[in-house]
Amino acid sequence: MAREWPLWEIFIRSQNGLNHRHVGSLHAPDAETAIHNARDVYTRRKEGVSIWVVRSADITASRPSEKGPLFDPAEDKVYRHPTFYDIPDDVGHM
Amino acid sequence: MPSLPDMTTPNVEALAADARAPRPDPAETVPELKPALFEGLCRLGDSTLVLGHRLSEWCGKGPALEEDIALANIALDLIGHTQMWLGLAAEVEEAGRSADDLAYLRDAMRFRNLLLVELPNGDMARTLMRQFLFDAWHHEMLERLTGSDSARVAEIAVKALKEVRYHLERSSDLVIRLGDGTAESHRRMAGALDMLWPYTGEMFAGDGTDAALAEAGIAPDPASLHEAWHGIVTEVLEEATLGVPEGRADVQKGGRQGRHTEHLGYLLAEMQFLQRAYPGAEW
Amino acid sequence: MYAQMVKSEASNDDPGMLAAFQARIDRGDKIEPKEWMPEGYRKTLIRQISQHAHSEIVGQLPEGNWITRAPTLQRKAILLAKVQDEAGHGLYLYSAAETLGISRDEMFEQLHSGRAKYSSIFNYPTLTWADMGAVGWLVDGAAIMNQVPLQRTSYGPYSRAMIRICKEESFHQRQGYHIMMKMARGTEAQREMAQDALDRFWYPALMMFGPSDKDSVHSQQSMAWKIKINTNDELRQRFVNETVPQAEFLGLTVPDPELRWNPDKEGYDFSQPDWDEFFEVLKGNGPCNRERLGARVRAWEDGAWFREGLTAYADKAAQRRAGAATAAE
Repeated sequence: MAREWPLWEIFIRSQNGLNHRHVGSLHAPDAETAIHNARDVYTRRKEGVSIWVVRSADITASRPSEKGPLFDPAEDKVYRHPTFYDIPDDVGHM
Repeated sequence: MPSLPDMTTPNVEALAADARAPRPDPAETVPELKPALFEGLCRLGDSTLVLGHRLSEWCGKGPALEEDIALANIALDLIGHTQMWLGLAAEVEEAGRSADDLAYLRDAMRFRNLLLVELPNGDMARTLMRQFLFDAWHHEMLERLTGSDSARVAEIAVKALKEVRYHLERSSDLVIRLGDGTAESHRRMAGALDMLWPYTGEMFAGDGTDAALAEAGIAPDPASLHEAWHGIVTEVLEEATLGVPEGRADVQKGGRQGRHTEHLGYLLAEMQFLQRAYPGAEW
Repeated sequence: MYAQMVKSEASNDDPGMLAAFQARIDRGDKIEPKEWMPEGYRKTLIRQISQHAHSEIVGQLPEGNWITRAPTLQRKAILLAKVQDEAGHGLYLYSAAETLGISRDEMFEQLHSGRAKYSSIFNYPTLTWADMGAVGWLVDGAAIMNQVPLQRTSYGPYSRAMIRICKEESFHQRQGYHIMMKMARGTEAQREMAQDALDRFWYPALMMFGPSDKDSVHSQQSMAWKIKINTNDELRQRFVNETVPQAEFLGLTVPDPELRWNPDKEGYDFSQPDWDEFFEVLKGNGPCNRERLGARVRAWEDGAWFREGLTAYADKAAQRRAGAATAAE
């Protein structure tokens, strides 16, 4: 079997001012073609103004077993969330 | 962005107002032009229709899902252009026909498309090479039509050009990649180029209709598109390691005057089947 | 539905891990790639998602059959856009399956060699333009019945693919029904084609949900894992309940003399399709099995030089870039 085109992860900015968002993946022989393909596959309904492509194999991901240590500490820091602070209604919108 | 002299021209506002003032649209004000204009619009719309149809034959049969989807996008764009060009042609004609009537109820000798686009798809090499040779012409043609004295024509050209820019970018890219890919892809692309080259001259061969439209400022003289086309084609084919063929390019022609290859008849028989078999039905 | 009769795989995993996994599913957690999952869950999902993906791309063919004969420019564009969407949906689903550790090429190989299945419905021919209406209305209608609940499936990538697919498919069933409306209210010849299309597609559409699985252990396991949300019979009943009034609105007759409203169950009583026929079609003996699979294999084999050509160019370009970078140092 011939070598398969590598897999690319596709990120699209739907409008200026927003983050690029992961929309899916596709196969392409290289980055330039991946961008062309992403335009054809993922913006058929005018969904984007900017496309990023990243080779799936180049993504370094946190290991799922680390999910606890990486994300649990934030749960303790409730003071990072606005709802932690009880402000009287009389103060108005804050 | 305006260049500096424009910015410093004292009567810039007057110039701008002048530019905004509606110019008389020769398509509406010069009745003698209507037959030529109808003909010219059919030439544009028939080429986009026939090529869009050919590309749609690939749907579900492409060499990779990504390519299948991309070809369908181009076909959809071209069918959209067809609706605009033939829609305007029908209006200009004022004979009570619609774009669909023009597409589905004319026989081959009334079709005005380039021979190049009616040729069978063959393999992907021929399909992509045909697309590239057409896109390079189509792009130049639309660029020029955006400056048409006919506002209606210019408006359609502006819409179509946005899409055709991408068509050309994509087909140039693939021609380069496959020309400079494996020995087999090179061989196939070179074969496709040799086969298609004699059909390219037709894009630049003007006749009386073209002269009348050029005179009226509605459409460019086809011959005037050749230099830019040849420049793009040479650059891409060189990079693709294919090179420009030496043979004559103006051998096969007649499509724009209604003299076609044998292939168009079969294409129309298929495309027009329902409209012909059930006259007057609505779908 | 596009994945019929998916057998679930048994798991030989540690009972404690299995119980913890089941607890996550039960509280509505989504499972994401690379997280621990029972081997049976992974294998069953690969089988189900790839079957669904194969159905999308084989499903391009019966409708693709009419793109070049669509009767107006508008219909041609709509049908082409719809069939193109199916290629896109196949792509999304293959991608979701790829997160489970199988490549798209491997899945294609399974399809082309006949080891993998796709929905039985696509082995039926499309004989008239009314079939474009019937396929959109009934086949996409049946698919939506299945896909809407699957947006809540437990596997994250599958769920996200389903959400995107459902959003994009919202026009597919409607365009089909719209064709049926035009035909059913058109000339006598058109009405006849519309009724004929309903006659031919009704039972194959009911088969899409698969045979009754209320007693199937495979289905029970898949439902516990939330990779199957409803039983086949539930979905089939829901489909009939929704579709019969739509047929009546068109003035067409559902080809089932036993069909009648049952007020006790708040649903229609209806005849089962011929399940012998269904199993024959699954075995490869439907009217178009050979053509459909043959077309996919041909597209794949004819496209080999194209895929290899682009790979070769990408390799050369990368070498040239590397060479230029070295020279610059």
